[in-house]
Amino acid sequence: MKEIFLNPQLWAATLAMATPLALPALGGTFSERSGVVNIAMEGIMLIAAFFAVVFAHMTGSAWIGLSGAMIVGLIVALVFAWAAVSLTANQIILGMAINIFASGITAYLLNAMYGFTGTPVDTPMLPTVAIPGIKSIPFLGQILSGHSVIVYLMIIILFAADYFLFHTNLGLRLRSVGENPEAAETAGINVIKLRYLGVALSGILSAMGGAYLSIGALNSFNPDMTSGRGYIALAAMIFGKWTPFGSFGAALLFGFATALSMQLQNTAFSKNIIMMLPYILTILALVGVGGKSVPPAADGVPYTPKK
Amino acid sequence: MKSILKELYIPVVAVLIAIIIGSIIMMVTGFNPVIAYISLFLGAFGNVNNIANTLAAAVPLILTGLGVAISFKAGLFNIGAEGQYWIGAIVGVWIGYSFTGLPWYIHIPFALVAAMIAGGLWAGLIPGLAKAYTGANEVITTMMMSYIAIYFSHFLLEFGPMMDKSGTIPQSPVINDSAVIPFLIRNTQLSYGIFIALVAAIFVYWLMFKTTWGFEMRAVGYNQKAARYAGMNVPLNMVLSLGLSGAFAGLAGAVQMLGVQHRLYDSFTSGYGYTAIVVALLANNNPIGVIFAAILFAALGTGSQYMQLNAQVPGQMADVITGLIVFFVAAYRIAEVIKDRLAKRQKKEVKA
Repeated sequence: MKEIFLNPQLWAATLAMATPLALPALGGTFSERSGVVNIAMEGIMLIAAFFAVVFAHMTGSAWIGLSGAMIVGLIVALVFAWAAVSLTANQIILGMAINIFASGITAYLLNAMYGFTGTPVDTPMLPTVAIPGIKSIPFLGQILSGHSVIVYLMIIILFAADYFLFHTNLGLRLRSVGENPEAAETAGINVIKLRYLGVALSGILSAMGGAYLSIGALNSFNPDMTSGRGYIALAAMIFGKWTPFGSFGAALLFGFATALSMQLQNTAFSKNIIMMLPYILTILALVGVGGKSVPPAADGVPYTPKK
Repeated sequence: MKSILKELYIPVVAVLIAIIIGSIIMMVTGFNPVIAYISLFLGAFGNVNNIANTLAAAVPLILTGLGVAISFKAGLFNIGAEGQYWIGAIVGVWIGYSFTGLPWYIHIPFALVAAMIAGGLWAGLIPGLAKAYTGANEVITTMMMSYIAIYFSHFLLEFGPMMDKSGTIPQSPVINDSAVIPFLIRNTQLSYGIFIALVAAIFVYWLMFKTTWGFEMRAVGYNQKAARYAGMNVPLNMVLSLGLSGAFAGLAGAVQMLGVQHRLYDSFTSGYGYTAIVVALLANNNPIGVIFAAILFAALGTGSQYMQLNAQVPGQMADVITGLIVFFVAAYRIAEVIKDRLAKRQKKEVKA
């Protein structure tokens, strides 16, 4: 048991596994802080993962793949925002609709475009980064250096997200819209616009998370390859009490559970029990064990501007 | 009659729009949508066997759909029918293979009732109590409980206590003959389980619309404050309605095990729990409507396999269409927006 925890691979895998959870979790923080529950993040991740491969293979550039995926993610998020914010449709049902659609359209297009052989093997991958200085530190270097560039982008976004939400005027406004839209509007804040912004950011970040799966960690797309990460990210965000650093911490914890279960693959201890942990922890957080997680007051409630 | 038409208006328009968008996607990707839809229809309803298989696929959807509809009617969002289905399947199969010597008329009801209780507890106990007493959002808790149920089934089947010891495949033993719900039509998947589903739908209709308890559940769903003011026990009703909702999802799992699969396979999803939400939504939570919505989505599922074989259109088109239908049912206000725009334009033209 001891050697498992002393193995730097476990900790490096934790960070790698946390990344595709942390990105949508950060995105979800923006969306829910503005008052929109976006469970469509799962579907947006999946669509982005697919189009990252399509664009990367078409142009030969993984960076264009990533950008294209983020644009597609943004477009899907805007469609969701239009229905959820402007048409005040039920956010949970819309999210389910987009997730079902995403699962169908990606598998359909995979089949229609590439046949049964899967995505092309010569799809380029995003580069990995060896951090000078850190990479030569024993143990720590093996954990922190050599990841996909998206892992480091995620860290930068994490700090930016915290700064934006809690230290800027726009961030304050975004949060006020999720807490009390009526008061925010009375104060002259455009509720609708800010909710679009929150959802758009969640779409872009979810798309990055999806692209990480297909052209960051691998260079291929498989049907339903997100396997519920958008939902786990939602749980991470709740466990992290709707804050960027909390979401990241929860993503690390959930990533650790996955990494550990992979290491325990060949031991008597059941990996399936460990895989349950993130979900159990999230329920406990919601029920209030160890400091209750309380959502923004107007989270999930559509808003109709008063004329 | 008029009210039925009004209720049908949104789902029918949503289905039509979804079919049109589906056609466009097929044309862009080089397929003939007319041929595709014809083979889809024939695959679902082309002969007696296909109709039987479509009805068979509708059985778990009717039962899980009823479960979801009950919770929606009570103002709660049980999106964890998937997990409750698994728990029902686990309990149903376990009773099915571990008890011997029981006559079928005891063995089958025993397995079904136990599965209902298990599914009911899975939804009612943790998500229900958490919602009623701490306000924890049931959308998240039921979803989390779904994952826990699925990993629990992996735990049981992958070299766990429920794995069939005679092989190396992660699957449960086969249930005993006395627990098998017999097939109705040979060489199809259709079992007498269809009657359980139909009776369940009528029962739920009666319960929700003709009994005091059903009225209370609907009242709590409609206006919690008013229900509390009227002296109804709101927390208790929440727990009971989530529990009842889970019970039908659990029943779906057991009926599927006893009637079709006869053993539990290791899998990441049955898919029924999520489609159940779609079924309830399209039926506008009407238990009788659930039957027809379930048959529609079942037909999409069975028909799409046929479509892939005969028109070479990837079968996942069924999911694309399903997603679009749900989207347009949810975003039904698109129609109003378009009407408003048209009205405004007309006004402008009149002024000009």
